[in-house]
Amino acid sequence: MIVADRKPLTEILEMIDDCDNVLIIGCKGCVTVCNVGGAKEVGILASALKIARKKEGRTLEVGERTIERQCDPEYIELVKNEVGSYDAVISMACGVGPQFLSNAYPDQRFFPAVNTTFFGGAVQHGIWEERCAGCGQCIIHYFDGMCPIARCSKSLLNGPCGGSAGGKCEISKEVDCIWDLIVRKKMENGRLEDLLSVRPPKSWDTARDGGPRRSVREELVQ
Amino acid sequence: MRLSYPSNIKVIQVPCSGRVDILHLLKAIEDGADGVYIAGCLEGECHFLTGNLKARRRVNYVKKVLSELGIEPERVEMYNLSAGEGPRFVEIAKEMTERIQALGPSPVNLKRAA
Repeated sequence: MIVADRKPLTEILEMIDDCDNVLIIGCKGCVTVCNVGGAKEVGILASALKIARKKEGRTLEVGERTIERQCDPEYIELVKNEVGSYDAVISMACGVGPQFLSNAYPDQRFFPAVNTTFFGGAVQHGIWEERCAGCGQCIIHYFDGMCPIARCSKSLLNGPCGGSAGGKCEISKEVDCIWDLIVRKKMENGRLEDLLSVRPPKSWDTARDGGPRRSVREELVQ
Repeated sequence: MRLSYPSNIKVIQVPCSGRVDILHLLKAIEDGADGVYIAGCLEGECHFLTGNLKARRRVNYVKKVLSELGIEPERVEMYNLSAGEGPRFVEIAKEMTERIQALGPSPVNLKRAA
């Protein structure tokens, strides 16, 4: 899923400083699963913003709405009767949400309430870790199901480097050296030889280096 | 026992402190409460195993939100006591009342009154 963190409240308050009423739109997709931008978090943000405004002696009317996804025009269309009635709209979806909303409703202002961080999963309740860098050409099968692009600090394809110590990466004691894990798993499974095979350099054309990406599925295009 | 506790405290009963949500605490502050506290069971004694531990985490989250907004986090608190500790309940009620009185009215109310 796409993982995000809520922006500091002060930053959000600054964005909406000139507004008397705002609509907060949540998303039932990834940000609901990582407890950042679902219906519940929309309620919490609404209450926090109202408390902040009352403290200043000003009022703030807050509309709350959570849609199925903010990355599909069909769901974005469902809020067409609401967005115009507010001074501004706060989106609690990943970075895709406010952009789809801005595109659909050019007359309205849309503010992002979250910082989109990475593609990852929950390693335990409340803790998410990065697992994919979206490089556009998956190679995890060469590394026994572990991605060195996303999980090695240097994205090395021929690690480990000298910064690996005791199974941890030199950047932090909390970050596993993925190359340590890859080599260990290869050894345990008797497949260490796999790492000796010579492969051509990875093409980064499909990653961000090739510019903004687009995926076209002919069978679905209408 | 017939112990009396400060009359400014409004008790809201819930089946378990784990039922108390972040939003319940925030709404209380938003609607003008000067302070809110949860009186949960002793840690390790929860009938539902972790209800009171969850409540404590939620209280800590709300404290963080209030700090971010420049409101004293001490206005929200978590206490643990057993159902048989009537005198402790009174003690907590008095302690919290004194703390809030020392802090004064919630800044949410101050501006409203002005």
